[in-house]
Amino acid sequence: MFPTPIEKTGPAIRISYQVAVPIALFIWLLPLLGVALTSVRPASDLAQGNYFGMPSYLAFDNYLEIFRNTPIGRYLLNSLIVTIPTVIGAVALSCMTGFALGIYRFRSNLLIFFLFVAGNFVPFQILMVPVRDLTLKMGVYNTWYGLAAFHIAFQTGFCTLFMRNFIRALPVELIEAARVEGVSEIRIFWHIVLPLMRPAIAALAVLVFTFIWNDFFWATVLTNSQDSQPITAGLSSLNGQWVAQWHLVSAGSILAALPPVAMFFLMQRHFIAGLTLGAVK
Amino acid sequence: MTRPALPASSAERVSRSWWRSNQRRLAPWLFLAPGMIMFAVYVIIPIFQSMWISFYDWDGLGEKIWIGLDNYRELLDDDAFYTSLKNNVIWLVLYLLAIPAGLMIAIFLNQNVWGMRLYKSLFFFPFVISQVVVGLMFSWFYAPDFGLFYRLIELLTGQGIAVLADERYVTYGIIAAGLWPQIAYVMILYLTGLNNVAPDQVEAARLDGARGWRMLWYVILPQLRPATFIAVVVTVIGALRSFDLVSIMTDGGPYGSSRVLSFYMYEQALSEYGYRMGYGAAIAVVLFAIMMVFISGFIWKMWRDEAER
Amino acid sequence: MSMKRTGRTIGALALGTALALAGTAMAQEKRVLRYYADYDPIPLAAMEELIADFEAANPDIDVQLNNFDHEGYKTAIRNFLSADAPDLANWYAANRMRPFVEAGQFMDVSDVWQENNLYDALSSSVASMTIDDKQWGIPYTYYQWGIYYNRDAYKAAGVELPGPDGVSWDQFVENCKKFQAAGIDCLTTGTKALWPGAGIFDYLSLRTNGYDWHMKLTGGEIPWTDESVRKVFAEWAKIQPYITKDHAALDWQDAASLLVQGKAAHYVMGNFAVGVFKEGGMTNENLGFMVFPEITPGIPRAEEAPTDTIHIPSGAKNVEDAKKFLAFVASADAQTKLNAKIGQLPTNKYSTVGDDPFIKAGFESLSTASALAQFFDRDAPAEMAKVAMEGFQEFMVKPENLDRILDRLEKARQRIYKK
Repeated sequence: MFPTPIEKTGPAIRISYQVAVPIALFIWLLPLLGVALTSVRPASDLAQGNYFGMPSYLAFDNYLEIFRNTPIGRYLLNSLIVTIPTVIGAVALSCMTGFALGIYRFRSNLLIFFLFVAGNFVPFQILMVPVRDLTLKMGVYNTWYGLAAFHIAFQTGFCTLFMRNFIRALPVELIEAARVEGVSEIRIFWHIVLPLMRPAIAALAVLVFTFIWNDFFWATVLTNSQDSQPITAGLSSLNGQWVAQWHLVSAGSILAALPPVAMFFLMQRHFIAGLTLGAVK
Repeated sequence: MTRPALPASSAERVSRSWWRSNQRRLAPWLFLAPGMIMFAVYVIIPIFQSMWISFYDWDGLGEKIWIGLDNYRELLDDDAFYTSLKNNVIWLVLYLLAIPAGLMIAIFLNQNVWGMRLYKSLFFFPFVISQVVVGLMFSWFYAPDFGLFYRLIELLTGQGIAVLADERYVTYGIIAAGLWPQIAYVMILYLTGLNNVAPDQVEAARLDGARGWRMLWYVILPQLRPATFIAVVVTVIGALRSFDLVSIMTDGGPYGSSRVLSFYMYEQALSEYGYRMGYGAAIAVVLFAIMMVFISGFIWKMWRDEAER
Repeated sequence: MSMKRTGRTIGALALGTALALAGTAMAQEKRVLRYYADYDPIPLAAMEELIADFEAANPDIDVQLNNFDHEGYKTAIRNFLSADAPDLANWYAANRMRPFVEAGQFMDVSDVWQENNLYDALSSSVASMTIDDKQWGIPYTYYQWGIYYNRDAYKAAGVELPGPDGVSWDQFVENCKKFQAAGIDCLTTGTKALWPGAGIFDYLSLRTNGYDWHMKLTGGEIPWTDESVRKVFAEWAKIQPYITKDHAALDWQDAASLLVQGKAAHYVMGNFAVGVFKEGGMTNENLGFMVFPEITPGIPRAEEAPTDTIHIPSGAKNVEDAKKFLAFVASADAQTKLNAKIGQLPTNKYSTVGDDPFIKAGFESLSTASALAQFFDRDAPAEMAKVAMEGFQEFMVKPENLDRILDRLEKARQRIYKK
């Protein structure tokens, strides 16, 4: 069950492999392709029952229509407004926590570390009622910063795990040498460790961006109007209005999916590095 | 700072040198403080608050009324709770299929041919997309009368199946939607793992006559152990967190048959027809307890790895 | 590299904030009235027109309508009333508004009723808007429910069209068999959002046991395991086999298009659906309306007529202008215009009813009814409504589960009402 490298096989196998991969990919992405195709299908095609054939023409109007008639632009902007501060906040906080847990040896180090790790795994529902209540009491319900504050706090768990493991792998000698020269701890953090953490910061930033952009649960719990709802929650409520108008649902879905997809393709290396950290040692 | 009073001019110097001599002890706490405070306020403390709220009858507006264990007693006699629990088990078991499936795709794609990098990223694609979008895509896929899947079944059996309206299939239909991105995720974990599989060991095993399943089981899998561990962790967590897809695709229906605990909790505590914060919290506590079994297992293993270092 | 990028983002954010601030500064000339609502497209257009008229009459007020999707709104309102109250909010009459009234989240607007002489003009709605002798909102529309049918489907199945008084219940069931033979769903519905199924139940209940019994049932006074409840379900079982199979996967609009396409013959619905039928291409020629047939002979005919309302949340900031708006919405002229557009009935008795045959039929059916019910999920408490409507949906899929369904409903009744 572990195939020989394809270079070492005969041309017949090699060619059939090269044919098989795109076919497998096509089947794999069938739901996505179907929706992409539907998003440029004119409404008249759907009415006439042309669900699967080629669209009679490419109706990019569908996209224009949703921008014109729905607040989808606003939703997309809201997502950006929530996501970017969250990325900055969570990465900044976890650089510090990761540094503290990765560099210093103190008694409760491991305990605190595993508290972050465990907290990162809890079901959202156990947090829902108190967090919603807290957000209401602080008067930040239905605002981007109310939502972002929670996201920053929660993502700090995952990011700390990531950063701490990354820092553990850095050469300790560098820090020891700096200490001998009397460099203060804060300067060590800022001038020595932080520059080395750049790849980790990039990887985390991409990952957190994707997680937050795609969050639906907290968006529904902590926001409720189009002034602050991100695209996931917005799409869900638009779906309630677009009953049976699959060309619009599809166009909206594609729009919602684009930013994280773009982020993934632009920052692919960092993205995969982030996801797989810890998977291989 | 505990020294007897000194002239003002040197006080500053003292506190400075005090900082200097103690900074290695204090610095970690200063660095930890902001993150820990945020995490405590939004994650750690709410867990205990939820447990507390689960002993109350509370509609989120009025007074909380202490009712002790009544919420839990009601849970024991609640059909919808058992339906959700059963579905959670189905989710958990079937979600684990993502691991062998992801491994198979990873092995299939683990070749060096032209364009492979692009193929790999395209296979990974579903994971990047929001579950809301995945849910909508599969709703379209399953839609009665014109959905691709419905048509396909109709073609094969002569009778289409409205997957999302049939209590027999609905949960499986949603899980299939969830497996799509999850398999992609597991695949990427294994692809990275496979990069690090020592080719000489594989060759050596091949010379020894190992092939097929034996090769996979005795030579490859042991080397992929770290990837498998992470894959199990993210898959179990993903299965128990399943909320988005249920909410988008069926809203728990038909007649509640596709509910899972996470969704049922939300439905009881925050939805149109229910504002039972206490009861919802009790469901959340049960879900948390189930999750805790797994979390403890993961943490225990990671703790052991740390200690071995 | 990441620092540079971050800097740019912050710049963009700052710019965004500055623009947003400039926006508010400009709007500050006018007094803002924030209105949260849940209109479908057709009523949304009508309400936007009404708002434009109101703003024209009050040039110093700027009404900002924030429209939610219909189903999502029902959840959202619980949140925004306590957290981020607008000045005006849509909701429903009767028991459905009770939780908010009792929690002190809706404002008493009896003064609007007094100052504008609404006890007379809106006399038919006084009862459903009153709790503790005070009025808590303004009704702007109501509409009849009944059976809408496709005449073309009758022709296709070779069934005789209903007369001006509709058909008898036995005839209706008999016709269903003919529709089935012709491959047409006799009755369609889409219960994905649950409530459409409750419309069918309500009518069966009102026709089998009468209005008073129905009110007792929704008021929690009758056990769901009672023989009288079983009588209702026995009638339902007669038509159950002829209901669209996949209704649990359909939204009400999906089912509406089945009726439009002639794949279904009847639809128990509210009059707001007429707009959707007509958008789909039906005309007064092939779309028919009849009242739900009599089942138990001699029971006074009651109808479903849900009233939609606008309220002022207690947390409203601009109460004075909100009351002005309510008075405007209550006025005869505004209601005439609004309801003509959405094809429903004005609550103000001095309004004129449009020429549309369905509105006329509705007016006829409601004004001759012995009593009006709101709707199951407005007459019963929300939690009971949820459990019951799930039961209705399940019954339509699996009638053999009736015993289990009724046991579950009874358990819920004992918990919800006996606190």
